[in-house]
Amino acid sequence: MNRWLLWIPLVIFALFFAIVAGGLMRPKDNIIESKMVGKPMPEFVLPAAIEQRPALATADLANGKPQLLNIFASWCVPCIAEAPQLLALEKAGVEINGIASRDTPQDIANFLNRWGNPYTRIGTDVRSAVQLELGSSGVPETFVIDGNGVIVHQHIGDIRKDDVADLLEILEKAQ
Amino acid sequence: MMRLLTFLLLLGAVPAAAQNALPASPYAHQQLEDPAKEEQARSLMEELRCLKCQSQSIADSDAPMAGDMRSQVRERIAAGATPEEVRSWLIDRYGDWVTYKPPVNAVTGPLWIAPIILLILAIWLARGLFRRRNKSEKESG
Repeated sequence: MNRWLLWIPLVIFALFFAIVAGGLMRPKDNIIESKMVGKPMPEFVLPAAIEQRPALATADLANGKPQLLNIFASWCVPCIAEAPQLLALEKAGVEINGIASRDTPQDIANFLNRWGNPYTRIGTDVRSAVQLELGSSGVPETFVIDGNGVIVHQHIGDIRKDDVADLLEILEKAQ
Repeated sequence: MMRLLTFLLLLGAVPAAAQNALPASPYAHQQLEDPAKEEQARSLMEELRCLKCQSQSIADSDAPMAGDMRSQVRERIAAGATPEEVRSWLIDRYGDWVTYKPPVNAVTGPLWIAPIILLILAIWLARGLFRRRNKSEKESG
């Protein structure tokens, strides 16, 4: 047998070690992106979450103008953090529709009274059914939808100040 | 003082529990009436990953969203969908990530092929070793 063949096990071990060490040192990525980006909005009809705003259905999300669909909940702390940014986007003329996840009308009303209500329509998703249809895995999440009702972008987590300009740009491109 | 502090801390815990303020989905904690379908749903739920607590299956997880997923799985199977149809419905939305039974494709291929290659390599190495040993035994014997 050739002498250099003796080195094969060591080389295999080194390779194995490099792969495992590399995997251990890479920061953990817990974000699950939706595979629905680039696809039309799934069909759904949700009842109104509060009395002051109308209900939400798929047809409302294809009205010729790009818009945002924000999934939120009164029990979600990052949703409070992103409230000022949503209000700023609304002020900039963006239509924002909301889906309240696993929430009661009373809690939603309190939350909106306290932190502001940027939504045109709010549907209530008490069984996460629409969230599952959208490939969304938590709150808050924001989808950018073009005028034809096609999902063009998913923002996972709260919208920070720096994200507002990016979202406006994506909305502009979706025209 | 301590008691007051504990009470205040407990108050802080209320919003986190509020997502449980709503009743669970109908089939989150309830089995299907048909035992054969429940068995199908059950084994599928053990192979689906919870979106909230990502190292658990939805059968294991207490997260409200896992309950909603269990209910969806049971309702779809009760309505006549096969477990594979339900699985691909979720894969279409969350990617292969959502299933604990990885499909064979370009990414996972090496994982399936590597053991076979290693086994062939091992047999080949072992054969060489045994052959040499036999030879040396004959020479010495």
